[in-house]
Amino acid sequence: MAIRVQEQDFDMGAEITQLRLNHPQAGAVVSFTGQVRDLNDGNAVSSLTLEHYPGMTEKSLAAIVEQAKQRWPLFDALVIHRIGTLPPLAQIVLVAVASAHRGDAFAACEFIMDYLKTEAPFWKKEATPDGAHWLDSRECDQAARDRWQ
Amino acid sequence: MIQLLYFARLREALGTEGESLSWPGPDSVSALKKLLAARGGAWQEQFADNSRLRAAVNQQLVADSAVVQQGDEVAFFPPVTGG
Repeated sequence: MAIRVQEQDFDMGAEITQLRLNHPQAGAVVSFTGQVRDLNDGNAVSSLTLEHYPGMTEKSLAAIVEQAKQRWPLFDALVIHRIGTLPPLAQIVLVAVASAHRGDAFAACEFIMDYLKTEAPFWKKEATPDGAHWLDSRECDQAARDRWQ
Repeated sequence: MIQLLYFARLREALGTEGESLSWPGPDSVSALKKLLAARGGAWQEQFADNSRLRAAVNQQLVADSAVVQQGDEVAFFPPVTGG
């Protein structure tokens, strides 16, 4: 299990390949990658700045992965989340999990993302041609998390 | 003393990212919010009747009924928006 919070970009292909090759018993590797969109609610986005709470962020992500491990038989899980100012098309987050079969891997990956979006202390500030503003949390993200309870 | 931290929109509204505060507690997070709201201005706006404000004590999300002890690190922030 690895948790990384970093400014620098990551090589999604290399990360997933490494996870896969480390686990010969895993029949399934499922991953999610989030990227900066160039349009949000009809506004052009020039950049996205991610702030976080150093220390709590890592603990929170580790706790989320631990919960996923208790619910599904996972060989491994990886979470990489970037911070700082990112342009459109930049990768923001990678979640990848390895399990024996796809059902558990799909579910665990989605669970980790749903909890990450509602519990891990990250905040996004969006820069647009009309100025910068903090994004509001969305009800649908909370609903996505709550369905796992 | 307790260590206070403010993040994101809240940090900008208050104009500070944190402070050390003399704390008469143990007492609840809601008591701490009342103490901060009593400073008036932006503090009143951000800490009084703000149901969207989240709190963490020693880096764990907590409810307003949670107890804040001497030496604790208490963070306040808006709902999270990562991912």
